[in-house]
Amino acid sequence: MTTGPGNTPGGPSGGAPVSGAVVEQTVLLYAPGKKIYAKATKGYFNNWRWVFVFLTQALYYLTPWVQWNGRQAVLFDLEARRFYIFDLMLVPQDFIYLTGLLLISALGLFLFTAIAGRLFCGYACPQTVYTEIFMQVERWIEGDRHVRMRRDREKSLSARLPLKLSKWFVWALIALWTGFTFGGYFTPIDQLGMGVLAGTLGFWQSFWILFYAFFTMMQAGFMREQVCKYMCPYARFQSAMFDRDTLIVSYDTERGEPRGKRAKHIDPKSVGKGDCIDCGVCVEVCPTGIDIRDGLQYECIGCGLCADACNTIMDRMGTPRGLVRYATLNSLEHRLTEKEVRQHFFRPRVLIYGTILLTVTIAILTSLAMRTPLKVNVIRDRGALAREVEGQYIENTYRLQINNTSDRPHRFVVVPHGINHLKADGDTRFTVEAGAVSTAIVSVQLPLADAERMSRGSHKIELEVRSEDDRALTVTEKAAFFLPR
Amino acid sequence: MADFTHSFWNLFVIIGTVVSVLACGVFLFFLSRTKIQFKEGKVETTGHVWDENLAEYNNPLPRWWMILFYITIVFAIVYLVLFPGLGDAKGSLSWSSTGQYDKEVAAAHAKFGPIYAKYAATPIEEVAKDEAALKIGQRIFVNNCAQCHGTDARGGKGFPNLTDADWLYGGDGAAIKTGILEGRMGMMPPMADAVGGPAGVENVANYVLSLSGSPHDSVKAALGKEQFAACAACHGEDGKGMTALGAPNLTDKVWLYGGSIATISETINKGRGGVMPAWKDILGEERSHLVSAYVYSLSNK
Repeated sequence: MTTGPGNTPGGPSGGAPVSGAVVEQTVLLYAPGKKIYAKATKGYFNNWRWVFVFLTQALYYLTPWVQWNGRQAVLFDLEARRFYIFDLMLVPQDFIYLTGLLLISALGLFLFTAIAGRLFCGYACPQTVYTEIFMQVERWIEGDRHVRMRRDREKSLSARLPLKLSKWFVWALIALWTGFTFGGYFTPIDQLGMGVLAGTLGFWQSFWILFYAFFTMMQAGFMREQVCKYMCPYARFQSAMFDRDTLIVSYDTERGEPRGKRAKHIDPKSVGKGDCIDCGVCVEVCPTGIDIRDGLQYECIGCGLCADACNTIMDRMGTPRGLVRYATLNSLEHRLTEKEVRQHFFRPRVLIYGTILLTVTIAILTSLAMRTPLKVNVIRDRGALAREVEGQYIENTYRLQINNTSDRPHRFVVVPHGINHLKADGDTRFTVEAGAVSTAIVSVQLPLADAERMSRGSHKIELEVRSEDDRALTVTEKAAFFLPR
Repeated sequence: MADFTHSFWNLFVIIGTVVSVLACGVFLFFLSRTKIQFKEGKVETTGHVWDENLAEYNNPLPRWWMILFYITIVFAIVYLVLFPGLGDAKGSLSWSSTGQYDKEVAAAHAKFGPIYAKYAATPIEEVAKDEAALKIGQRIFVNNCAQCHGTDARGGKGFPNLTDADWLYGGDGAAIKTGILEGRMGMMPPMADAVGGPAGVENVANYVLSLSGSPHDSVKAALGKEQFAACAACHGEDGKGMTALGAPNLTDKVWLYGGSIATISETINKGRGGVMPAWKDILGEERSHLVSAYVYSLSNK
């Protein structure tokens, strides 16, 4: 990636250096913000961006309202430590699946990045999506790039304020609704709504709604590309997954240069020029304010808006589209045909990322489908190793934490295995409510006659906990049975 | 604080903190711009040259990022005003970790107090019928009593079984609660001399076994009957024990230390000492009440 001086914001703040001479000059080690006025654009990639805005936002805003079996379909109840996702109920012991989800997300990012660069950044990242929404609001209220620039330049602050305030007001509404929706993932959203209307929200509920709203407003309204440039770690390390066959938004230098103004509908070569007419539209539409003609840069989020903008101009000029397009470094360098580019698609990097992603996804889904919604912890009594029930048995005591993570109450029975004639004393049936943890105390006995034939000390046994009404709901835990010396 | 016998270290901390905070601000302000020797045709650097010719490109931080640094300085000052940090200053919020702990304990008391109070006002025998109370009682028992008595409360050698009907000090709610609150000291002195040496010990041991109808040598038991008089002071003429002293009933088959002839002889020879600690200060009155009810419920199903 080129990060030459041409791309660094904030050049020398003093006068221009005299040719050849050494001058002393004050430079800023910080850069004052440079406001980006992105121009509206139409086209293929812009349409895709809006498709993703609607898809991701429909998913985000609507999910909490879906009801499922009499409760909210997706609800992360932190207080009760229960995560509900449709039929699934996850408890803290299922934390491993979060790791799985992160693994899938990371590998997915690897794969998509290897294929077509920062696709996630350009189309699906919340930062991009909300910025897109907020920019659209900005255009509706304040007008497009040139109108806004002129107003900001020419009008006083007080004259601009009414429009700014209305823009901020609409932004705030969107941000608050976003924050409210966020809260709805952790508190049932209908209750949360009632709480907002009645003004009975708790401190933390209000805090998180406002916190999330504040950051939505801040990041999408004001920080925008600064988040991608200075805060986001993924933005920086995704370039490590690029190779020469990765599709990235590129300017076809060979075709475009030398750039320059010319008449419409003529062959540029006839006037000794390339296809680029240096209109600067690709720079004006860029949400991060870069010039794609300088090559791949770390600021580029791969949204393709410059390609859309350039295509519009090319159509008008009567030259073929695709001066700025998704292209691989190889295809630009070796002038590959589309067929050849496609042949390069299935390369080891893509196949390996794909295979790992598929394997991990299948493994996690299988494990999720086969998991038993029952967790058992066996804690052996430490104070007393073993005791003799006068003349009859050797007895060991175990405390079992039975965690019923299913959504129905179950009656469990505890059965010891591992030594002949081993039995549990008394009634070992325990009812555990849905989602509850119950302590079951079980005394396991071995007849003296059997004990006398065995060596002293510790013997491995197993404690089986099974549901009386659902045979599949069975967990067997290892334990130790002590014979006193 | 005893460490700070005079104000030197206190001042040391205060001055060190204040100077550091202010210095951060001063350095930040003056070092955010720099003068460089700028030659045309060369790229802009920070002006710092190492090892003769190594220089660094000027890749400036965004200004908002630098403002964040200033915000941390403001935060530090506000923090030092509100919270303890400047030497032994208490901070205007008078916050302390023990204070926070006390507050949380008070909040827990306010939350659970009424529940405990309700149970504490009910007789133990009644509480023992309340499912919810027994669940709380069981939890307290498992956390505090199970180390000796076992999670199933059936005890072990030297630790009484709490689930049978045999009680050293009485099995009514009040006796159980007294035992928990005040603890118990079971003391049996060595009795070998009192019963007439090794032969006497063996005879008495056989006699004790005969009381519960366990296998024994009836000749020796008959001889031991007379010497048992020395034991009767505590265990009673009939060997049925005395709950006032915690002397065990010898006529049942419940043995605290074991019912073999060897163990009983050992008990007579060496005596026994059993201690149940007092839980008054650890559990408190109200929680002891709930454990008592749980223990009571075990032998009164």
